[in-house]
Amino acid sequence: MTQIELRGIEKFFGAVQVIHNLDLAITDNEFIVLLGQSGCGKTTTLRAIAGLETIDKGDILIDGKAVQHLKAADRDIAMVFQSFSLYPHMTVFENVAFPLRATRMSSGEVDKSVREVARVLRITDLLDKRPSALSGGDMQRVAIGRALVRRPKAMLMDEPIGALDAKLREEMRAEIKRLHVKQGSTTIYVTHDQIEAMSLADRIVIMHEGFIQQVGTPDDVYSHPANLFVAQFVGSPVMNIAEASVADQAGAASVTVGDAPAGFEFPRQLLSKLNGHAANGGLTLGIRPEGVLVRHDAAPGYMPVEASIIEPLGSFDIVDLKIGSKMLRARTKAGYVSGPGEKVHVRIDPEQAHFFDTASGKSLGVRL
Amino acid sequence: MAAVRTSSEVAFNRIAIAAVLIATLVFLAPIYWIASTAFKPKELAVSVPPTVLFEPEVTPFVRLFTKRVQMQKPVDPQAYDAAPWWEKRIYDGGERVLKVGKDVQLSQYPDRFMNSLIVAVISTVLAVGMGTFTAYGFSRFKIAGEADLLFFILSTRMLPPVVVAIPMFLMYRMVGLNDSHIGLIILYVAFNLSFSVWLMKGFMDEIPKEYEEAALVDGYTRMQAFFKIVLPEAATGIAATAVFCFITAWNEYAFALIMTNRRAQTAPPFIPSQIGSGLPDWTTIAAGTFLFLLPVAIFTFLLRNHLLRGVTFGAIRK
Repeated sequence: MTQIELRGIEKFFGAVQVIHNLDLAITDNEFIVLLGQSGCGKTTTLRAIAGLETIDKGDILIDGKAVQHLKAADRDIAMVFQSFSLYPHMTVFENVAFPLRATRMSSGEVDKSVREVARVLRITDLLDKRPSALSGGDMQRVAIGRALVRRPKAMLMDEPIGALDAKLREEMRAEIKRLHVKQGSTTIYVTHDQIEAMSLADRIVIMHEGFIQQVGTPDDVYSHPANLFVAQFVGSPVMNIAEASVADQAGAASVTVGDAPAGFEFPRQLLSKLNGHAANGGLTLGIRPEGVLVRHDAAPGYMPVEASIIEPLGSFDIVDLKIGSKMLRARTKAGYVSGPGEKVHVRIDPEQAHFFDTASGKSLGVRL
Repeated sequence: MAAVRTSSEVAFNRIAIAAVLIATLVFLAPIYWIASTAFKPKELAVSVPPTVLFEPEVTPFVRLFTKRVQMQKPVDPQAYDAAPWWEKRIYDGGERVLKVGKDVQLSQYPDRFMNSLIVAVISTVLAVGMGTFTAYGFSRFKIAGEADLLFFILSTRMLPPVVVAIPMFLMYRMVGLNDSHIGLIILYVAFNLSFSVWLMKGFMDEIPKEYEEAALVDGYTRMQAFFKIVLPEAATGIAATAVFCFITAWNEYAFALIMTNRRAQTAPPFIPSQIGSGLPDWTTIAAGTFLFLLPVAIFTFLLRNHLLRGVTFGAIRK
């Protein structure tokens, strides 16, 4: 049982504040991913939890006990580094055994623990080798083994698979997931890769410039982004963002994107919902490419537009559609739109539309 | 690429090999000169043109290690026959070995050689040890005025040390450090420390700090992490630094000459002092020099793998 709680964490590097009043509660066995661009404070947060970085304000609680003044060695947590950090002068066995050597465990028990972990991670054959003789994936397994062997209260992982190539990364992602399901330890995982975050996390913490932007399940942050940053950061291809205006038109709501000549038809309830969440700084519409519906022939509610650029991505295409002076990116079946200049008809799926306050960037929380 | 070489590449290779050969010959010539002189009969040492082929003998080494006097009259044949082979060599040269009772009196060379070893080894251990700790501190911690301090450390080498030899001598005499091992050791540590700090700083910077951080998280103190992780990783750098410090201390002449004269005198000022009166005995001097060259050669040879090995060949991704 390990719960980690961060309360009002602040951290400065010189005059630069890198973490702003950060609160986060992590429950037992949870897999939390800190997601953000480089420099967003995610790694600093992780290192603060590990005890490798001091904090200027706030409390870090592990199982209810404040640990911010404890040394890293006394916090009973393990960390996997992006660089793996395997000691070149020791064999794989000694690397994995290293954390146990700091304890008073007998060498028989050390041997047993190391072999048990090696079995789980399938590195038994490598125990006598030196780290320099290992492949990237195996180094990673050894590094995880070294973290697991002590049965720590929590596992911290700092971009553990960021240094691997794409194919291996996918394999190791699945392996980390398998391991977590099997071993079930509280894990905090830092990455800038949203696919890693989505596939691994129980909850994702999205950070930007030292602030938490949103905490939620992968589905939450994808389907209900809390603000424009999250909306654009999570999801690939990126969400369409455009200033929009809403008008009451013959019993339905009409949403006009940018300077488009006509509006898209939305259910009437949008009007009342928007009034309840007034946008003070103007209205911004966000719609993921899969929420932009495209068809060849005209239909009610569809607007005629011209296709501009087509990016074939294998299983689907991304088509840029000209709406006024704006481009709206739509996701279509592969080859559905034959080429640039083709006239198609487009509609926005109201259920997938997100509305934001332009000035603050905050979501208005409108769900249709 | 296929092993097809253009004629110009072949020519370049030949020139390069020739240049290396010539350089090697130039650098080895003095070593050969000393080594061959050390085994030459006395009269061949100064022959012109130099003798290249000769029957090597160890008599210069016997002379090197013994105290001798000129014989006033020819040696008693009985005593000559009873003498061991090495003593006969001395008699052959018109000298006799000084003895107290039956014990042969040794020359000062072994003592001076020992002084050199004591001073060089201890000063190297101290300079490298202190340099390693200092470099680690500079490399891993934020230190106010770090750049200035490092520059200050470097600046101690900007003056040729011999410039301060006379004031140093006066100070040493005042505090009674002249002609003492500890005095020379302090001097050599002071010479080598800045070099050691700078060299080790470079090696320490190369060791990723994640290594220690991993150890810190895994339950070790910083001190334990330093000894278990950093030191083994820095072995290559420590070896290289030690070789340089040892060579500097071992070869140092000027201060040893000024600061010591008997008890703590090292081999470098002692060897030339044996030129003596009359015709210099070059073979004995060469023998002393030859033996003097060996420790550095052996030390360097033992550490050659560390010196040649790359600094980081570990499992770290950059």
